Parts: sequence; structure tokens; C-alpha cells
Amino acid sequence: MIALLVRDLRLAMRAGGGFGLGLAFFLIVSTLVPFGVGPEAAILSRIAPGILWVGALLACLLSLDRIFQLDFEDGSLDLLATAPIPMEGIVAVKALAHWLVTGLPLTLAAPVLGTLMNLESPGHYWIFITLLIGTPALSMIGAFGAALTVGLKRGGLLLSLLVLPLYIPTLIFGAEAATRGTAGLSASTPLLMMAGITAGSIALLPFAAAAALRVNLR
Amino acid sequence: MSLWEFANPVKFMALSGKVLPWVIGLCALTLIPGMIWGFFFTPEAANFGNSVKIIYIHVPSAMMAINIWVMMLVTSLIWIVRRHHVSVRAAKAAALIGVTMTVIALITGAIWGQPMWGTYWAWDPRLTSFLILFLFYLGYMALWAAIDNPDTAADLTSVLCIVGSVFAVLSRYAVNFWNQGLHQGASLSLDKEEHVSNVYYQPLLLCIAGFILLFVALVLIRTRTELRLVRLHRLDVRERMKDA
Repeated sequence: MIALLVRDLRLAMRAGGGFGLGLAFFLIVSTLVPFGVGPEAAILSRIAPGILWVGALLACLLSLDRIFQLDFEDGSLDLLATAPIPMEGIVAVKALAHWLVTGLPLTLAAPVLGTLMNLESPGHYWIFITLLIGTPALSMIGAFGAALTVGLKRGGLLLSLLVLPLYIPTLIFGAEAATRGTAGLSASTPLLMMAGITAGSIALLPFAAAAALRVNLR
Repeated sequence: MSLWEFANPVKFMALSGKVLPWVIGLCALTLIPGMIWGFFFTPEAANFGNSVKIIYIHVPSAMMAINIWVMMLVTSLIWIVRRHHVSVRAAKAAALIGVTMTVIALITGAIWGQPMWGTYWAWDPRLTSFLILFLFYLGYMALWAAIDNPDTAADLTSVLCIVGSVFAVLSRYAVNFWNQGLHQGASLSLDKEEHVSNVYYQPLLLCIAGFILLFVALVLIRTRTELRLVRLHRLDVRERMKDA
């Protein structure tokens, strides 16, 4: 399993892996929003946590179809399916690899981009914490969506249609926790709810994703 | 006679063909008088005027929108556990009706909301959850449409329906937490005393019964169509195999 993780990470880092793509997309979204809503500092700092959350979510979505698609096309997914590790483990490792190359960099970049958006001082801390807890759920839910659409020719658009509704609870609690924390209110309830979603996703979704992959490899 | 017998599409077709005219007849007998009673023979409400009468479409369609998703969840589970071939077709057939009911509920709500709340749309928990439900229906139907092989499509959409149900419930409570409501609470129930006055309640019950029967009739018709589509697909594949 560790070998698989290292392989996935290596593939993502090297040329054509699209490692920095999500990060660049996140940067561009955060740059575009002020153009759209105007440069007033008060408005920007009020919407900053929400915009950063939506931006991170979309950046995460961008690289989801890579989780299984390339391996499916060149046949290595079939080999992995016959390997002596369970399909659920493969899904979990691939979701973890996706998080390490997408979710974690986004989390680290978000406080910096928050400066662009005039985020108030405790906000940097809160956006980091909420994204750190929330992005694993995004990767795991995304891996499930990618498993559903892996056999399809034009899966990309369908993937976003399937995955975005599933992202709603995570987004609501994550953005709410970040907003409350930034405003100096108690944010523990939404934070705990989001942590619950993340834990539940990691515990249960590998089974659903593995079931979908088995159907697609039939 | 058991439920599992009707996993055989031939038996299902025979029975549903016989039952269907009766269901349609009963539906007409409840829905038409219910609507006429509701629209023409109930008084105007004190604060709402004539607009109260949209309740006879809005409430039944909203109830059906949620219950159809539950029905899809149950039929999907039956497909996954027992490979009940009719069950999963019924889930697919129900999705289209469910999404229509969701749209009807949203639109009638918007039409009612404009004069009463002064706005077509508010980010109220109930309204928002219905919009989210609509998105879930769309995703489910898009996945069905995207996959050619009927059995693969059935498996994948069933998995999506089960996972989607969990997230739909989560969204419902997340949305509740996120914003306070404008929509009134539940105004009718079978076991409690508090509900709308009997003048509106009785025709409403008739309309709800009519909507349920309408759904049963439509789902039977569409399931029969779906089963025929699967047959056509199989015949098509067989023909192509012959040529090859």
C-alpha cells in the first residue's frame, strides 16, 4: 500500500501529472473574485472565508478525474484489482495521494491567498484549520465520484454534476466555521460537524467507491 | 404470491397490465374531485386570500418529491441485495417523476411566495433543501443517461442513490444550521390535533391521495416502458452479435 502511495505521488509530481494545476487555479479564482465584486476592503474581508472555501472546492474538483482515469486507461487498475490488497485499500490510498498533492497544498496556500482577500487576522488561522479538516472529505467524496464515472468517455462534466451536490454539507459547515472563527464567535459546533463528515467519509466511502470500481472493471 | 416472484419481468408485465387501468381510474376519482373541491368550494383564508388554494398542488407535490427519493432508495437497496430486475427499473422510472414533483413544488412555492413573502426565492432551509434535492435527482438521472450497459448503469446508480441519500439528509440538517427559516412549520399530520382547519384539510387529503395514485400509475407505466427498453437493448445486442 505504501508502494502504491509512493507511486501515485511520484506520478503526480512529475511532468504531466498536473501537480500545480489545482494550486494555480485556486490562485486565479482568488484573483478574479476582487475583479468581480470590486476592491472594497470591507466587502472582501467579509466574503473571504466563503470565497476561499468555494475556490478550494473547485480546485479540488479539477483534478478528481485523474484519480482513476489514467490507471483505468493503461490497465494498471486491473492489475491493482488482482493485487493482494483489498479494493477498499486501493481507493483509500488513492484518495490519500490525491489529498497530499491537492488538498494539502491548497490548505497551505489558503492563508496566503487570504491576505489578497483582506482576511482579518484570526481568519488566516481559521481558514487553515477548517481546510485542513475539511479537504480530506473532499478528496474522499471525489474519489467516490471518480470511481463511479471511471469507465465513461466524457466523465468530466458528469463527475462535477455528481460530486458537487455531495460537497454541499462539507462546504456549509467548513465555510460557516471559518466565517464564525474569523468574526471571533465560537466555531466549535460547525467544526465538529465537519470533522464528523470527514471521519464518516473516510470510514464508509471506500466501500462504496470500491463497489463502483468493481462494477466498472467487470 | 411474493414480491420476489415479480423479479421476473414477464410476471410483472402481466400483473401491472391488469392493475394499471384500475389505478388510473382511482386516481381520476380522487384527484379530479379533490382539485375541484379545493379550488372552487373552499372559502378564502383570512390573510392569504385566494392564494391559499395553491396548497392543493404545492403540499402533495412536495410530499411526493421526498417520498419518491425514499422509494428509490428502497428499490435500489433491493436491487443491490437481491438483484430484483424490476426493482431497479422502478427506481429509474420514479426518478423522472420525482424530479418533476420537485420542480412543481419549487415553482408553485415561488408563485405563492411572491405575493405573500414579497419574494420568489429566499435562502430558507426548506427551499434550499428542495433545490439540493433537485440537484441530487439531476445527478442520479445524468448517471443513468451516461452509461450504455443497463446492468452496469443499474449497479452504479444504486450505489449513488444510497450514498446520495446519506448526503441529502446531511445537507438537510446542514442547511437548517446555516440559515433561519421563513417557511411555516408542518401544518398537517395524521396523529396530532394541530393542523390547518378542516375546511382545507379534507380536500387536501383527497388531493394527496390523488397524487399518490398518480405517482403509482405513472411509475407503473414508466417501469413497463423501461422493461421494454431493456428488452430492445438485449435484442439489439443479440442482432449485432449475429452480424459480427
